[in-house]
Amino acid sequence: MANGPGYWLRRMGARWVDSTWRLGLATRFLVLILLYSGISIRRFQLVIKEIFNAGVLSLIIILVSGLFVGMVLGLQGYETLQTYGAEESLGILVALSLVRELGPVVAGLLFASRAGSAMTAEIGLMKTTEQLTALEMMALDPIARVIAPRFWAGVISMPLLAALFSAMGIFGGYLVGVVLLGVDEGSFWSQMQAAVDFREDILNGVIKSAVFGVAVTTIALYEGYDAPPTAEGVSRATTRTVVTSSLTILALDFVLTSFMFRGVS
Amino acid sequence: MAMKRAVLDLWVGVFVAVGLAALLFLAFKVGSTGGLAAARSYAVTASFSNIGGLKVRAPVRSAGVVVGRVAQIQFDNERFEARVVMNIDTRYQFPRDTSAAIMTSGLLGEQYIALDAGGDERMLADGESIRITQGAVVLENLIGHFLYGRAEGGDSGAGQAGAD
Repeated sequence: MANGPGYWLRRMGARWVDSTWRLGLATRFLVLILLYSGISIRRFQLVIKEIFNAGVLSLIIILVSGLFVGMVLGLQGYETLQTYGAEESLGILVALSLVRELGPVVAGLLFASRAGSAMTAEIGLMKTTEQLTALEMMALDPIARVIAPRFWAGVISMPLLAALFSAMGIFGGYLVGVVLLGVDEGSFWSQMQAAVDFREDILNGVIKSAVFGVAVTTIALYEGYDAPPTAEGVSRATTRTVVTSSLTILALDFVLTSFMFRGVS
Repeated sequence: MAMKRAVLDLWVGVFVAVGLAALLFLAFKVGSTGGLAAARSYAVTASFSNIGGLKVRAPVRSAGVVVGRVAQIQFDNERFEARVVMNIDTRYQFPRDTSAAIMTSGLLGEQYIALDAGGDERMLADGESIRITQGAVVLENLIGHFLYGRAEGGDSGAGQAGAD
């Protein structure tokens, strides 16, 4: 083993080249998915089955996490706002932080670990057991038949899950703020409505979550499709899906936030 | 197989319905659907010596009722004043000698423009300007006045931009 500085330099370089390579492949993969999406629209049943796997089965974790995140926001926000006698603004605090940031981001992270990892493992195992090759033998394109429906299922599910997360979180904030701590119910809702704008806040949140949906499902499917056909390869690909898509969500969130909510005036 | 698919479809249907319901909840219960549409409002301008912390989309109120929104804030480099354009709902008409003042809701609340109707026969039309205005009260100036006793000659910033 040559452990000189040259060795480490080479390893770092190889890693960068490899990452760039994979980025290019993933982009081409995304284009292929879009090109081969025809069958997903013609046979929508395929997509529905995957919406069940990706969306419906993620419901519990999204709803419960949303509720608790909202409750914590309500509790913490109340503590701070109370010092200024502004506890009526609790609604604004809970709603804006959920709709703009926490809803899309946390729902995206949960979606990546709940549904993304499952997608990678499934595709990876299909590849390992040569099911994808078998499809090709039957003249069925695996991207059109297996990958594209999962992609569209993820893209459809993600905004719905994020909206559910936000709604559940606001309900949690309401429970803690109004029911438990006694913030006035009327001003809780009316201040929230006055401060939250449909286009500015809610629509941007929905756009964010759709972008995250595209990113997470592309990464998950690509990692599965690209996984080495071994047990270890699939397990590594699954880990990488969760790590890469979480980092991608956070980085994308920064970019999107910086040009969506760039000050008011 | 057909039976199983039906159950699955049902669940997906429930999921989509609940998700859309959450979106509707966010749209109607949590948020407000934008300001007044441009078609149903008319623009009125007013110049203020100081707008304080007024922001675009701040409410325009008359007698406490929201009648419009601030559309635009500019700095007039000839008169060194702030020019505020506000969109007022066409349902509400105001006399030409209406006065506008920048107020604060509560001690630390948001700032808004309060319109006080005058007695003129003619009404403000689209593009016209309000002549009698009063700028925002700057808290620091008030404290300054208070600390240094009587106001010494004229009221800076906090005062009036009279009719011209």
